[in-house]
Amino acid sequence: MIGNDDIRPSPEAMLKLAQAEETEAAGLGKLKIFLGYAAGVGKTYAMLEAARERKREGRDVVAGYVESHGRAETDALLEGLETLPCKEVHYMGVSLPELNLDAILARKPQIALVDELAHTNAPGSRHEKRWQDVEELLAAGIDIYTTVNIQHFESLSDVVAQITGVVVRETVPDRLLDVAFEIRLVDIPPEDLLQRLHEGKVYIPDQAAVAIEKFFRPGNLMALRELSLRRTAARVDDQMRAYMETQSISGPWPAAERLMVCVSGSPYSEILIRAARRLADDLKAQWHTVYVETPSLGRQVRENRERVWKDLRLAESLGAHVANVTAATVADAVIEFAVRHNVTKIVVGKPSRPRWKEMLQQPIVDQVIRRSGVIDVVVVSFESGTASPPGHSSAVKNRSLEMRGYLASVMLVAAASAVCALVRSFLEPTNMVMIYLLAVVLAAVRLGRKPAILSALLGVLAFDFFFVPPQLTFAVADTQYLITFIALFVVGVVISTLVTRVRERAEVIRVREVQTSSLYYLSRDLAAAGDINAILQAVIKNVEEALNALVVIFLSEGERLDNVALSEGLVLDIKEQAVADWAFRNRQPAGRGTDTLISADLIYIPLQTPGTVLGVLGVRMANELDYRFTESRRLLDAFATQAAMAIERVQFSRQAEQAQILQARENLERALLNSISHDLRTPLSTVTGVLSSLKEEGAHLSDRARQELLETACSEAERLNRFVGNLLDMTRIEAGAVRLNRESCDVQDLVGCALAAIEQRIGNREIRVRLPDELPLVPMDLVLMTHVLVNLLDNSLKYSPPNQPIEISASIETTWLVIEVADRGPGVAGHDLARIFDKFYRIPIPEGAGGTGLGLSICKGIVEAHDGKIAAENRPVGGLKVVVRLPVPPEEK
Amino acid sequence: MTIEKNFLNLPRILVVDDELAIRRFLHTVLSDTDFVLHEAENGHAGLAAAVGFKPDVILLDLGLPDIDGIEVIRRIREWSQVPIIVLSVREREDDKVAALDVGADDYLTKPFGVGELLARIRAALRRSLQEIPEPLFVSNQLQVDLSNRRVTVNGVDISLTPTEYDILRLLVTHAGKVLTHNQILKQVWGIGYLEQPHVLRVNISNLRRKLENNPSRPAHLITEPGVGYRLR
Repeated sequence: MIGNDDIRPSPEAMLKLAQAEETEAAGLGKLKIFLGYAAGVGKTYAMLEAARERKREGRDVVAGYVESHGRAETDALLEGLETLPCKEVHYMGVSLPELNLDAILARKPQIALVDELAHTNAPGSRHEKRWQDVEELLAAGIDIYTTVNIQHFESLSDVVAQITGVVVRETVPDRLLDVAFEIRLVDIPPEDLLQRLHEGKVYIPDQAAVAIEKFFRPGNLMALRELSLRRTAARVDDQMRAYMETQSISGPWPAAERLMVCVSGSPYSEILIRAARRLADDLKAQWHTVYVETPSLGRQVRENRERVWKDLRLAESLGAHVANVTAATVADAVIEFAVRHNVTKIVVGKPSRPRWKEMLQQPIVDQVIRRSGVIDVVVVSFESGTASPPGHSSAVKNRSLEMRGYLASVMLVAAASAVCALVRSFLEPTNMVMIYLLAVVLAAVRLGRKPAILSALLGVLAFDFFFVPPQLTFAVADTQYLITFIALFVVGVVISTLVTRVRERAEVIRVREVQTSSLYYLSRDLAAAGDINAILQAVIKNVEEALNALVVIFLSEGERLDNVALSEGLVLDIKEQAVADWAFRNRQPAGRGTDTLISADLIYIPLQTPGTVLGVLGVRMANELDYRFTESRRLLDAFATQAAMAIERVQFSRQAEQAQILQARENLERALLNSISHDLRTPLSTVTGVLSSLKEEGAHLSDRARQELLETACSEAERLNRFVGNLLDMTRIEAGAVRLNRESCDVQDLVGCALAAIEQRIGNREIRVRLPDELPLVPMDLVLMTHVLVNLLDNSLKYSPPNQPIEISASIETTWLVIEVADRGPGVAGHDLARIFDKFYRIPIPEGAGGTGLGLSICKGIVEAHDGKIAAENRPVGGLKVVVRLPVPPEEK
Repeated sequence: MTIEKNFLNLPRILVVDDELAIRRFLHTVLSDTDFVLHEAENGHAGLAAAVGFKPDVILLDLGLPDIDGIEVIRRIREWSQVPIIVLSVREREDDKVAALDVGADDYLTKPFGVGELLARIRAALRRSLQEIPEPLFVSNQLQVDLSNRRVTVNGVDISLTPTEYDILRLLVTHAGKVLTHNQILKQVWGIGYLEQPHVLRVNISNLRRKLENNPSRPAHLITEPGVGYRLR
């Protein structure tokens, strides 16, 4: 058993392989990175050489953006390669050449060269960074050759800063290294590089000359070289490991490690995240970054939340799984998450709090360690000296507010003192403490924690000064008052802490409650919405209300994205439409507050379900900061998901409906074909049979036999003619080509025409016509109504016994002319009464009475064209009665 | 010689139809039945034959490949009163009315029986041979004596209003031929009544009540739905 498990590829390995295959299957492009350790090692040169090689092999290679820095040998290599022109972006009076993303997407080569992966695009470009351009090109199925230096990788940027003292601002997420199909290390010894530098072969921007000089020290170069070699080696190791895993070659690799790092929005979180990434790399571990929301969230200033948001995005770009959890305490949440996700190591920061604070409250690190059980806890220290954490700038903004709180607490204590002074004659000093305590509670409830603590302190002092003998001094005669002081202070602090916490928790709950209820309202409105418009209106209304925002919704119509609904007062230009389009095509949020096309006015979230992307939800928040807040973004995502599901539901039901209609039409077509082939062929074969027998055997046949044959052929030909006539009528009715030639007609004339038309078929059959003398002329198309009556009579003749009469009667009922055709046949089963007017519906009939199944539906079409009604009912005496009603205009009555 | 002579005296029929099958069928039927036949397969050939062949009756299909059948009738009517019987398909009532209004004498709906066709041809020939219509019309129990303005059914005098008599007289003078609503309205009431067909219907209805045994199944005053009336 165990042995079997060992040689079987692990699920993770198969998953990885599946993902790699998915990349191919999904038509994603392959990324090849030419990795160097410093400028001047020859990355661009190597890339161009490789490109020329591919070109020789017949691949379609295009230079999207190549920075030759005017070097002749690089330029020489560029010759013969198709070079797409750069896009000139105008920014602050300067024209900056940028990668022309759309040109490459339109050209769609097999391989595109994009130099300088870490480049930051000029403001106003679609993406902030070039690597995002590259990701879009890869998604479009274009293979990319690109160059980058090792120090630009996110997880290494702080290491590089330590080594070289140069802070790298242009960074690339490590995940690009992970997804790269191939990494080519471009390496020359540092001595050679320095030699090239001195020969002036390395391009150095003038303004950065000094910094670069500092950078190109042998020690730095060696360290960077080692970094890049190691990084590439690790990658090779990965590939070998992947190979071994998928081939089930057992080897000494460790059990899958899972790492978890917690961020708090502290200025050190970034360092912690990078450290975790390196550790995860070393351990080949999956890693999670978790932010724990506690009730103290309400206390956090907005800037802190923004920092958390940034930290989480950073972790995401470094390849972490990011999660937000809510719990009463941080330690509980961390342990619970770790257990649930099989985390093997928890990475936490070393606390830098003063010791006395630790005495008061156990540090989270200690709490985590105590409860971690089998999980390892890695404590990372923050080197002193690396960038001291930036202060809370918002503290300045809040200072005036805080000052007001402190002032109020002073006033509260003063008021308490005044009350005490009033009641001092009949109250013991110890009871006055209660009045101060009241002030502290008031301060805690109304003013917050710090003013409350201040009021506790002031309360103690005031009590001592004014009421504890000797009064008006801070001296205390009776030492037992010291206990009163301590008790007053401690109780004050505890109460203020508790009250504040309760208040903050209430605030969090309130925010959550608002979000939950807005989601509830949306889902309720969506459930009630029956069609697509109602859904769009519900989404717009709810998003507007919940986020105090303006909303636009785009839905895809085939390849096109249509603006289908929009808040009042929102105006969109073409640029916004383009951003929405980008979000739609790339299935990623875009616009303000995201990483892509950030200069847009709105944020655009794709409306997607697991299967497909249906459209885009665009939102303009009232407040700039709202774009960055986790809560509003999360709410927005939830709205988008709900809306997408509701829209999909409607689309599904519409599709089902259409499928049903299609099915019905198919049935009808089948019935039509059956009917045509049957009803055309039967009389035709009779006629053909008669004619051929007359032609071949005519001489031998008796006169009587010949006569019978001819009569049969004639009646069959007539039947064929009737059927063709019916088909034509039906086609005209279906096509809406029936033009009514309405004239005032005598009902008697109508009946006469109908009877004349089927005179032969009536034969000796008794027809009872009952028409009142005073019938008015009724407007109708005599020709078409004759058809109706002929069809009805024809049916009666077919379906009723020959010895039974057929009755025709007409009368006026208020504004209707009622014509009835009744027979004494078997009638029609109750549930079929309505269906007999359907096309090609035939009730089972005795042999020989074959109808086309068209007659009654033609009747219905004609009568309805007259704004009339037709219905069938079974007569009490037996038989079927068809009732036709035609409207009679009042003036003709 | 007698055969030759008979051949010369036989009624001459011009068939204008583009369908070979129809022409072949008519040829078989009519040549057997004592007519001299000439066939034209389009409008122009038909017009030329109307001049050259000098037919006694023209059988004309409305759906010709080159000229519209209506136009053929109009051109023939510019110089000749030769009876024209229109052959058309059922679905084109408007065409029938138009053909009758421009001067066609009768119409037959395809497909038609040989008996019907021969009856129509004979009726047309009879009408065209009689310069002055027969003053006495007798059909079953109905008898109309135009010279005495006397109408009887089963020998019983029937009193008609002047308008009813005018209609009946018009139908009698064109007995067997379809008269369109417009033709009757124009002849009896004058051109100003063309838009009021209901006055005609009321009068026809009254005539039926007076002349027919069973007005719901008229034996004489036949309605041709969408076209007009015919006296039989």
